[in-house]
Amino acid sequence: MSRKPILAAACLLAVFGLPSTARAMHISEGILPTQWAALWYALAIPFVAWGLRDLRVKSAREPFFKPMVGLIGAAVFVISCMPFPVPLAGTCSHPCGTGMAAIFIGPALTVVVSSIALLLQALFLSHGGLTSLGANIVSMGVVGALAGWSVFRLARRFGMPAWGAAFLAGMLSDWATYAATSFELTLALHGSGSLLKLFSAIGVSLLPTQLPLGILEGFVTAGVYSFIASRRPSLLYCLGVEPMPCAHKKPMEPAR
Amino acid sequence: MKKTILIMSAVVVIAAALTFLAARLPYQWHGVDETVVEKFAAAAGRPASPPLINTDQGDLLLFFFLIAGTAGGFVAGYCFREMFPPKKKG
Repeated sequence: MSRKPILAAACLLAVFGLPSTARAMHISEGILPTQWAALWYALAIPFVAWGLRDLRVKSAREPFFKPMVGLIGAAVFVISCMPFPVPLAGTCSHPCGTGMAAIFIGPALTVVVSSIALLLQALFLSHGGLTSLGANIVSMGVVGALAGWSVFRLARRFGMPAWGAAFLAGMLSDWATYAATSFELTLALHGSGSLLKLFSAIGVSLLPTQLPLGILEGFVTAGVYSFIASRRPSLLYCLGVEPMPCAHKKPMEPAR
Repeated sequence: MKKTILIMSAVVVIAAALTFLAARLPYQWHGVDETVVEKFAAAAGRPASPPLINTDQGDLLLFFFLIAGTAGGFVAGYCFREMFPPKKKG
């Protein structure tokens, strides 16, 4: 299939989707009290360190790994600042791309690419914030990545087809990210009120927007998985996404 | 080539129709950070403050979004070509 239509569609999507203010899930500047902001930073830092170590180890083993991380990182950055209108709710929100990223590069590196995306958005795009960066890394990077990765692995272990597992991973990682954001907000804002009540109120308010968006993210993840599986399946074995067809590891097949 | 032009035209027509419909709907299309996150934060007495580096001024934010889109697209395209080189003809 010619890549020109795909390239053209991607350009159009960028033109229609990107040049607008992305106001969506990220917790904005100034909302979190200092102690909560510090706690989320402290929680995020070990995961970022784990991801950086993972990058060093894996890129020394597989030469194609760095371009793969670059590709996935750019995708996460673009996807997470692309606001999608949801007609059901009359609002806009963005997918995260971390479920997809976690399937291909693992949860640790997904934290790193999410951190870079979130930092750039906080610095240049007035999206999220520097004080809330730690909390946003934990919800989008850590929770989204771990949810996507574990759902995909579990679904495959239970014999689900790969595209179905990818769909579930994308969808549930999106929902998990927003559940984590609700949880972070609840912890910071509940005061003397009921934790559960505020969490439910925030969760229910996010539901009409995130429910369809999560399903859309599931389809995107399944589509990306199917594309790689049909175009260059050896990548999936080299990345450890799928087990090797034979007992010993074969060298990577030349790119078609 | 003809097929590409046809697909491109179809994409433009569909995108224009969807944009027209979205603009006609009685919605403001605010993000969930405004309608949910900032609403709950303001109710709890912690309204969002302006970003430390506030680029949301006039067309400045539009400029940064275009730069971000271009840079992200370039990096993605460059790495995509490394991972999935074009198929050799013949």
